[in-house]
Amino acid sequence: MTLEVQHLTLGHRLADVSASLRAGEITAICGPNGAGKSSLLQCLAGLLTAASGAVLLDDAPLAALHARERARAIGYLPQHGEIAWDMSVRNLVALGRLPHGGGEAPVDTALNSLDLEAFSTRPVNTLSGGEKARVVLARVLAGEPRWILADEPLAALDLAHQLALLVHLRRAAQGGAGVVLVLHDLALAMNHADRVLVFEGGALAADGAPAIALGTDLIERVWRVPVRWLGEPGALALVAGQAASAAGTPSAGRGSV
Amino acid sequence: MKRSIGFLVLLLAVAIPLSLLTGRVWLDPWTTPNAAVILGELRLPRALLAVTVGGGLGAAGAAMQGYLRNPLADPGLFGVAPGAALGAVVSLLFGYAASAWLLPLFALAGAAGAMLLLALIAGRAGGIALFTLAGMMIASLAGALTSLAISLAPNAFATDQIVVWLMGALTDRTWADVALSAPLTLAGVAVLRLAGRDLDALTLGEAVARSLGVSLGRLQVLLVAGIGLTVGSGVAVAGVIGFVGLVVPHLVRPLTDRRPSSLIVPSALAGALLVLLADCVCRVLPLVTELRLGIALSLIGAPFFLHLLLKMRREAV
Repeated sequence: MTLEVQHLTLGHRLADVSASLRAGEITAICGPNGAGKSSLLQCLAGLLTAASGAVLLDDAPLAALHARERARAIGYLPQHGEIAWDMSVRNLVALGRLPHGGGEAPVDTALNSLDLEAFSTRPVNTLSGGEKARVVLARVLAGEPRWILADEPLAALDLAHQLALLVHLRRAAQGGAGVVLVLHDLALAMNHADRVLVFEGGALAADGAPAIALGTDLIERVWRVPVRWLGEPGALALVAGQAASAAGTPSAGRGSV
Repeated sequence: MKRSIGFLVLLLAVAIPLSLLTGRVWLDPWTTPNAAVILGELRLPRALLAVTVGGGLGAAGAAMQGYLRNPLADPGLFGVAPGAALGAVVSLLFGYAASAWLLPLFALAGAAGAMLLLALIAGRAGGIALFTLAGMMIASLAGALTSLAISLAPNAFATDQIVVWLMGALTDRTWADVALSAPLTLAGVAVLRLAGRDLDALTLGEAVARSLGVSLGRLQVLLVAGIGLTVGSGVAVAGVIGFVGLVVPHLVRPLTDRRPSSLIVPSALAGALLVLLADCVCRVLPLVTELRLGIALSLIGAPFFLHLLLKMRREAV
């Protein structure tokens, strides 16, 4: 199963982007602000239509797919998860079943897999930020999509909740889903993604395994700050700014998870 | 949700017979002279009309708040009610209101015109902000044209007739009005119910709703048709009645699971109940002329809404 973009161009936001994403992997999309990460994710989700180029789901054009079929295949989690009405956790998670016209069992499974059974009758606005993040992810999982596209799902979470959510996303990938995450935290991408796409000014600057795509040279070129990786593979921390140029003092800068 | 619907149906089942007996003259079906005529020709159509108009406004308000994800939204925002009012005022201006059918038909034409204009301006893209702004523009245009019509009225009698009609009332309505508005309102509520699941998805924002397969264009068509039918037919037979669409969803929301789809039918029932009771109050109050229903609802609605706002403010602190 693949989700592919071919020569995608979208105004000033994306310039001739081509990439083929694989199911069973966690792919991280990284880049500075305004580099086109969220735009690419929305194109992949079928929410933005590119000026030229194509998005292909299993080699068929995504745009030709009926909205409901597309919704069954692709689950999308936006950056700012708005919840307008204070409905119960269970009812909110059940919204993920809309493209299927209902079904209780997948809702139970999603609630179970994110340890939310105890919350199922709670009004969603009484939950903490970390609990809400699990609820909105459960909403996506309840739809049993083959692709999970999430824009900064970890940004508002503390370390423990970030790790917990990543465990769930990894489990989804192991279950055969393709997981695509827009991530600002390069250390998270380095340590947890199978593949990283780096964007710069709407174009693809690097695409490959994290150790290659997030090499210090490339980061310095794209983000225009001096950086240095510290630690062991799988548990790397990124030091940025002056601390990176000062030798041997790993005290400041970005942390790792 | 089923329990809240049952509760509201029960209240209506009690309120409708009571409203039939209520009035300037308290009616005793066995002793009052001509009780059958008063009940059959005056009070029953009036009660049914109150239920119809209130039900339509309640359902429209619930759908509107769900669509805009805003508890302060009101069906008047889309310009359907002002459009219908303009149609009615034009018929009064040209003296067509002598026939029982012409005024409501003009009002319906005004509502249809507002809906058509709204659909044309908003186009097929389905953006909610553009749609709402278009509705507000139509509302303010229709309001301005209504004022123009009043200022152009040929004589003081016509002006008076228009102004009084705009206040909204259910006085001296007949079965013909029920026959006109009830089917349209029922159809409108049914259309709004069709939009329920899409409105639920919209709880998570436009982008997520679209990612869940919701077509915002289709949703707009359903809403324009549903609100046009409910509000348009309501204004056609009762004039402009405010506050129901705004206040009723607030009253009912705590009784439901807060999904927009499960709010539509209870809001229709509660709207019916509210207008029915307000109309009873209008009939009972010992004033020289009967209090206009639109005024009564605003008098009840404004302080009630203020109470809600103060409660919201206390909870927010």
